[in-house]
Amino acid sequence: MRFVDEFRDAQLGQVLATEILGAVEAGRHYKVMEVCGGHTHSIYKYGVDDLLPANVELVHGPGCPVCVIPMGRVDDGIAIAEEPGVIFTCFGDMMRVPGSRGSLLEAKARGADIRMVYSPLDALRIAKQNPEREVVFFAIGFETTAPSTALTVKRARAEGVRNFSCMCNHVTIVPPLRALLDSPDLRLDGFIGPGHVSTVVGARPFEFIPADYGKPVVIAGFEPLDILHAIRMILAQLSDGRCEVENQYKRVVPWEGNPRALEAMAEVFELRPHFEWRGLGFISQSGLKLSDAYAEQDAELRFSVPGVRVADPKACQCGEVLKGVIKPWECKVFGTACTPERPIGTCMVSSEGACAAYYNFGRFAREKEVV
Amino acid sequence: MTAPNTAPPAGREEKILGIIETARGKRAKFRDEHVNMAHGAGGKATQGMIEGLFVPAFASPGLEQLGDAGALSVDGAELAMTTDSFVVKPIRFPGGSIGDLAVNGTVNDLAVSGAQPLALSLSLILEEGLPADDLRREVEAIAAAARAAGVEIITGDTKVVERGHADSMYICTTGLGRRDPRATLSPQGLRPGDRVLLSGSVGEHGTAIMLARDEFELDAEIESDTRSLWPVADALLGAAGEWLHCMRDATRGGVASVLNELARASGVALLVREAAVPVHPAVAGASEILGIDPMYVANEGKLVAFVAPERADEALAALRAVPGCEDAAEIGEVRADPPGMVLVETSFGGKRVMDQLVGDPLPRIC
Repeated sequence: MRFVDEFRDAQLGQVLATEILGAVEAGRHYKVMEVCGGHTHSIYKYGVDDLLPANVELVHGPGCPVCVIPMGRVDDGIAIAEEPGVIFTCFGDMMRVPGSRGSLLEAKARGADIRMVYSPLDALRIAKQNPEREVVFFAIGFETTAPSTALTVKRARAEGVRNFSCMCNHVTIVPPLRALLDSPDLRLDGFIGPGHVSTVVGARPFEFIPADYGKPVVIAGFEPLDILHAIRMILAQLSDGRCEVENQYKRVVPWEGNPRALEAMAEVFELRPHFEWRGLGFISQSGLKLSDAYAEQDAELRFSVPGVRVADPKACQCGEVLKGVIKPWECKVFGTACTPERPIGTCMVSSEGACAAYYNFGRFAREKEVV
Repeated sequence: MTAPNTAPPAGREEKILGIIETARGKRAKFRDEHVNMAHGAGGKATQGMIEGLFVPAFASPGLEQLGDAGALSVDGAELAMTTDSFVVKPIRFPGGSIGDLAVNGTVNDLAVSGAQPLALSLSLILEEGLPADDLRREVEAIAAAARAAGVEIITGDTKVVERGHADSMYICTTGLGRRDPRATLSPQGLRPGDRVLLSGSVGEHGTAIMLARDEFELDAEIESDTRSLWPVADALLGAAGEWLHCMRDATRGGVASVLNELARASGVALLVREAAVPVHPAVAGASEILGIDPMYVANEGKLVAFVAPERADEALAALRAVPGCEDAAEIGEVRADPPGMVLVETSFGGKRVMDQLVGDPLPRIC
């Protein structure tokens, strides 16, 4: 496939792997966090970590929008979905995320009309086709997906679709990164910056990471060569003693981001004072809700939601796994009470989560080290 | 909070991985309060329902095998029996229809069990209001597919349910076949060293259905690969005989799910070379856009065969000689370790685990 295969060239991958091997200092252990779940996915899909030396470790960050939704929000979503006459729509991977009374998939089996959509516009189409029903879109994601929700909400208003509303769970990337970096026990040497988010927000919002915390950031694309290239660039910064934001994904990410997308977001959303993240707790100014101007399309105002905060299970140590303080298997409940079939914490929820990946692939990873 | 740099006892990681291995090896349980769509997806939830509910309840040695067809002997005649239901939506799609699937799906379960399909039963569940022309067209499709597969339809049943209680039509077929004496096939038959053969390119049926639903506004010329696999199975039996250890048709959950099931059943590891797996460019393109791995997408006319190295080349040559199987390929091999796992050498040069499907990417494809 043209314009795709070029970025998956195995020979170039070997060249980069050799360069990375040459760039690491013997005896030093490097921990690099890929912030975005999309990177985690590519790393597994192509076996990128298999090409890295044993002392370069990739830590999976908080950037999986599905994993970070806390139990209480899932419960609220289910409460809306179970209202009579409601068609509840969400992305497919949200269906399995457990709340305190099970997942949306289980609520669907109990009788709620919950439908998987691929875009918020699909939800709007369902609303137009079912004018006698209330259609709610469960919006999730970072700045990557927030603009498409914003445009859909605007379009619904412009077209006078009154039976469409949105339960907004959009989050922003900078506050959780700051929360991670503020943690005294953080053990990370650098960040692979989120490529998709950066297409919207640009590179500038990440400048605080080198400036305030002294860690390099390289914004990267999602093809395996992009990721290896970004790791190579981070290692180069570390060995040169440089510390800055670099943009590996120039073919897509402009330094200033996408002003039109940011404008649409600013019109439709406003910051919540705080938002809860599964595994990370409350982070101030990290979540978005519909702005006052769009309040009538806010599902949380249109329906009564319990809004009860459900604490993460005590034994769960996702926060420490995310910070790279402990390995998944060092968590007290890993593999016993917390498994991919019955996850407790965020890192076990999605197959991209650090714990789920370790649960499924850990034995294999161990063998690699023996070889 | 764990103190940093306090290395836990070296044995603890081993112990925890050991617990996980034991848990994985155990028979899956059925603990859900309601049936949900994942129970029909062919992944972990389906497995839990089959192994945790059906197998213990029926406690029959034939079922324990969990093959595509059950074996029985009647006065010296070695027979195989299988059954399948079809609920595909939409009922017609590029390359076929529910009627084609209803014949070929059941015929193929017999074929990959090493049994020559002989006869089918046909049960129809029809929704009130179904246009008679739709019914007529599907009956014709069933008749044509049965002729092409060389099976007779010898009995049947029809039920009609109220509008809204079924989605136009559901079909159930049961097939009877004669087990071929040239090989003894079993899901437990995989041996380290066996080569993994695939009868053609993957993911066409699932992709065709996905695009036929018009949910993606994508257009591509992809047709379902629905066909009878008996000629393919027959060619493999002829070329490899006793060296042929197992065959499976890669339907729901795709090639990845079949490989996982068999690695578990046989207690072996499978190594797949991604670059060797044939994928139609249009399927590769659609999968790329939709973020789906074609290895998990359903096929309705592709099988995976496990052949001892002694006859692998002959088997592959025989496979490629079957019309429609020109793209057949050797995609990997059976290894001893780590048992129950499917590993992939990616085209990019890394290695990873090809895991069992947990969720349901696409319901009602067959």
